This record gives sequence, structure tokens and C-alpha cells, in this order.
Amino acid sequence: MRAAVVTFPGSNCDRDLAVAFEAAGFEVARVWHKDTTLPDGLDVIGLPGGFSFGDYLRCGAIAANAPICREVKAFAERGGHVLGICNGFQILLETGLLPGALMRNASLHFVCKPVPLRVETASSPFTAGYGAGTEITIPVAHHDGNYQADSETLARLAGEGQVAFRYLDNPNGSAGDIAGVLSENRRVLGMMPHPERAIDPLHGGIDGRPLFTGLTEALVSA
Amino acid sequence: MKATVTVMLKTGVLDPQGEAVKSALGALGFAGVDAVRQGKVIELDLEETDAAAAEAAVTEMCDKLLANTVIESYRIEIA
Repeated sequence: MRAAVVTFPGSNCDRDLAVAFEAAGFEVARVWHKDTTLPDGLDVIGLPGGFSFGDYLRCGAIAANAPICREVKAFAERGGHVLGICNGFQILLETGLLPGALMRNASLHFVCKPVPLRVETASSPFTAGYGAGTEITIPVAHHDGNYQADSETLARLAGEGQVAFRYLDNPNGSAGDIAGVLSENRRVLGMMPHPERAIDPLHGGIDGRPLFTGLTEALVSA
Repeated sequence: MKATVTVMLKTGVLDPQGEAVKSALGALGFAGVDAVRQGKVIELDLEETDAAAAEAAVTEMCDKLLANTVIESYRIEIA
């Protein structure tokens, strides 16, 4: 199993994400935003959290136009798996790989705490390690996590089972309490909570671990 | 030519920052402020000398980068 983790100027969860992939059995290649090619034989690409390009213009907007993101987009369009966490989710929305937008938190406050979530679907490589309806606790740390989309998009996401996670106690004003969204082919996941910060008991919880181990199992059996 | 791009949240999209500014204005004693919307202004100096070509180029810039048309609208002035 091969994973790549992309680092942008201002990424700060890239190493944590690499460690989480490695703990689940992946060999991890680190990729720089100016790279114009991806390593061969990748099974999944991770876009990490942080503040790429200082959140200038809009969170994720500059990163989404970085040279490597053209390759990430092409990889996803060929059916590759992509996981975007926090700033990585913002980047996926800016590339158009996922629908909707993330706005400033309704409270205007930076929110940094463990939050309870419900796994809405087990029918994706990223959520197969959880049962649908499982309640888990994963940390969030963001200022712009308020997920919004037009009503048709929200209805489609709910109807097609593309909502991966919902907040049980909405920390940011997201429409429909949405914390994570899947692409139509269910191989691209964007989420605001940080599963890579919940893979070791020393983190205070291991509820993030099944996302990575479940992904490994799904890819092995695919 | 100079282009001025004004990017605003679309009508109907809740603007938490505008709401906070409105509330702060009320706290300062400014009465009668019914609504506040906050956006951004981007100024560009362009080599282009033809206004129509400049507007076409800036429109493409807005669609590709300067605005997120999922939630934002933009207005372009060329001078």
C-alpha cells in the first residue's frame, strides 16, 4: 500500500498524517507542492491540515492551484483515493473535487476541541472500518469549518449517502451538521475533524484509527 | 489598465463577519444600521490596453481564483 502526503507552505499536520498512514501499514511518500508529478503506484493521497499559503484570499484557494494539485485532481478523476483533512478539505472544495464551500465559523471563534461525530455511512473505503451510526470522538481545530452548499446539493448529498460524518453538537454552524463529505464515487473524502490526531491512546483517544486501518483493508480487498 | 474586483458573499449566504460588525456598531451607539455585508476589494494593474479584453481576462481570473462562485459573487470595474 502506497500513500502520498502533500506538503504546502503552511501545512502543519503533514507529518501527523504520514504517521497515521504508516501506522495503518502504508509506505508513505512525501510530496512538495511545487512537484509536478506524483510517485508511481499510489493507492491514496492525503492533503493535510494547516494554513496553506497563510489562508490568503480564501482557505485552500492558492493551494488548490499549486502545480501538484493538477496531478491530485487528475489522480482523483482516474478513480484514485484522496483524503483531505481540515485545510485539505478546504483545498478539495476549491479544486471542485467535492461540492460546497467552507465559511468562517458561525461563532467567528477558532474552535479547538474533541467533538462527537456520527458515522453516517460505512459504505466508503474511509468509513468501512466503522459501522454506520457509530458515534466517535475526534478533535477539530479550525476557524473556517462552516460547511455550506445550496439546498439541492445538500439534498443530493444526504440522498446519495455522501455525508460521511455529522456533528452531534455542531461546533461551527455547518449546514445539516455536516463534518465530512464523500465524492460521488466515494473515493474522495473531505472532513474538518482530524482523525490523524486520534490514533494513539496518548492522543486522548483512538477513534481516528479505524479510518486508516479500514482504508487499508478496503484497498487490500479491492 | 486598472481593474477593481469587488467580491461579496452571494445574497442569501449568511455573513457571520458582517453580522458581528453590525452588532459592534450597535454596541458603539450607531443606531439604524439594518444590515452589514463584508466583502473584499482586489485591485489589479494590467498591461492590457483594451477595456473589453481586460474585462474578459479579469472575468476568467475571478472564475478560476479570485472568487469562489459557490458562495461569492463578483463585480469588475475597468478604468
